[in-house]
Amino acid sequence: MLKRVLVMLVAIWCGAAQAQEPIKIGAFLAVTGPFSFLGDPEQKTLELYVEKLNAAGGVLGRKLQLVSYDSAGDAEKARTFAKRLIEQDKVDIIVGGTSTGETMAVVPLAEQAGMPFISLAGAVVIIEPVKKWVFKTPHTDRMACDKIFVDMKARGATKIGLISGAGGFDKSMRGECLKVAKNYGIEIVADETYGGADTDMTAQLTKIKNTAGVQAVLNAGFGQTPAIVTKNYKQLGIGVPLYQSHGVASKQYIQLSGDAAEGVRLPAAALLVSDKLADSDPQKIVVSRYRSEYETRFKSDVSTFGGHAYDGLMLAVDAMKKAGSADKAKVRDALETIKGYVGTGGVVNMSPSDHMGLDLSAFRMLEIRKGDWTLVK
Amino acid sequence: MSAQFLQFLLAGLTIGAIYALVALGFSIIYNASQVINFAQGEFVMIGGMTTVSLTAIGWPLPFAMVAAVLVATLVGFALEKFAVEPARGASVVTLIIITIGASILLRGLATLVWDKNFHPLKAFSGEAPLQIGGATLVPQSLWVMGITLVVVLLLTWFFGRTLLGKALLATSHNRLAAQLVGINVRHVLLASFGLSAALGAVAGILIAPITFTSWDVGVMLGLKGFAAAILGGLGSGPGAVLGGVALGVIEAMGAGYLSSAYKDVIAFVIILAVLFFLPSGLLGKRSTDRV
Repeated sequence: MLKRVLVMLVAIWCGAAQAQEPIKIGAFLAVTGPFSFLGDPEQKTLELYVEKLNAAGGVLGRKLQLVSYDSAGDAEKARTFAKRLIEQDKVDIIVGGTSTGETMAVVPLAEQAGMPFISLAGAVVIIEPVKKWVFKTPHTDRMACDKIFVDMKARGATKIGLISGAGGFDKSMRGECLKVAKNYGIEIVADETYGGADTDMTAQLTKIKNTAGVQAVLNAGFGQTPAIVTKNYKQLGIGVPLYQSHGVASKQYIQLSGDAAEGVRLPAAALLVSDKLADSDPQKIVVSRYRSEYETRFKSDVSTFGGHAYDGLMLAVDAMKKAGSADKAKVRDALETIKGYVGTGGVVNMSPSDHMGLDLSAFRMLEIRKGDWTLVK
Repeated sequence: MSAQFLQFLLAGLTIGAIYALVALGFSIIYNASQVINFAQGEFVMIGGMTTVSLTAIGWPLPFAMVAAVLVATLVGFALEKFAVEPARGASVVTLIIITIGASILLRGLATLVWDKNFHPLKAFSGEAPLQIGGATLVPQSLWVMGITLVVVLLLTWFFGRTLLGKALLATSHNRLAAQLVGINVRHVLLASFGLSAALGAVAGILIAPITFTSWDVGVMLGLKGFAAAILGGLGSGPGAVLGGVALGVIEAMGAGYLSSAYKDVIAFVIILAVLFFLPSGLLGKRSTDRV
């Protein structure tokens, strides 16, 4: 008798659990490895906001469950984990892919399985040509080139020197910049590169310095090596303006470069200057809130990379609400029609031909003054 | 044009001095034990990172530097005592593999003790660049070259004039004979690891204000130092210095006049060429029994 009651109780409990089955958000992120400074804030952000959304009652009356794997920046691992997310964990959507390499390794899987996939990586190739199931949140390197060239043009520089690293980001951005330069009437008269573990770029910069007619220099670089470029640049006393990419947009770049960073310009997301935005700025509320929530929880500075994960998760949630279910095909269709979503990266207007939905207004041109970011008007 | 040449030369000499210090570390351990210590780069990292940490908690720079060199020396002793010595009966190849393992371990520990970020260190005497014949030089470069010179002179004195130095030399020439005349070769081995670690740490501290330092700074500097040691002739002190400076200058010239994309390639192509055509290096012992 007792046994039978117990069995019944278990059966009821199971039934209830089935109705309450959580919506599974799959993620594969480079939490460790060379991209850990990207993957780590992304992971923290996803954890924080899945928790917050659940505390607020979940989505569509169901709880969210985060299934996250550490791909350590390795495309092969990313592929394996994505396969596991799709086949074993049976997640409803994937938000992840810290680097372009990892993302591109997973794209064929997502396309084949019909799995909505919001990537957190930068390169244009992810959304160009448009892939049915793949979306992304970060700005592209082409947008960074566009933004920088517009600013250079405004300052009267049309002949520029380019120096870039050997990493994936650097190479991709260099390629994009070379491609779009002529749209702005800008001529790249010097094109130098340096290795990822290089410790001294004075030789390359001397060549740029001695190239006739250089009016500005762009460093398409990623991570912390551009700080060395900045110091060498100052040492050589190159008088023309130096531009950095959005790939160095962190406080640490200023700390490492010290005085040498004075006057350097770079495009970056609004998140970086949330306290300096005008009150009328559409992104002001979102970025300020994300910043304070992240910083009170983790006691570390917020980064734009964590912001990409925030946008990815919120877009997924928005799409599910819009679709009224977590059905993969419906969510995908809803994602494509999202308009006016205000995120940390900018205002997103998706369309069937644009799976990122950001325009140049998403980038702010910043200048480093007295060891802090200032907005260039 | 000549200003440009001078700029490349100065950049090459600065980094070359660092390569020379790392290469000396390789040579000292190689002499004492025939082992190529692939954890040499990690001493560079420990020197730089320890100095950064100690100055961050308020130590004056000179004290922090001395302490960092001592810390690295202790790590060097520990490496010999706990990793190399227990396996002393093993073949040289095994010992080399042990040092590779140790280097991975040390890098892993560094990410736990510190973090994975770059860290700046204040230059010893300001950052205002000096103008020399149209080229510019940061004052730290003078420190790098000057201290390297002092270290080389000290080492010359050490190997030529002190008992321990001579014992090290004797062991490198003939281990068995050294043992027979009463030299404790185990102490010699211990001393060689400590000395190499100290040299690495000095290199790491000197270069940190120019290039920053981080948990993995030792990988490339270690490899380049090894390349310099090979170029100069593994086991030769003057060879290590010559190899280091030559490598640094060739690299800078290559990046400047040929293509910056192939800066590292140039260095490693030279190593391959040396190994093919001049296996004992520029100043190495001309021996045919060991390549």
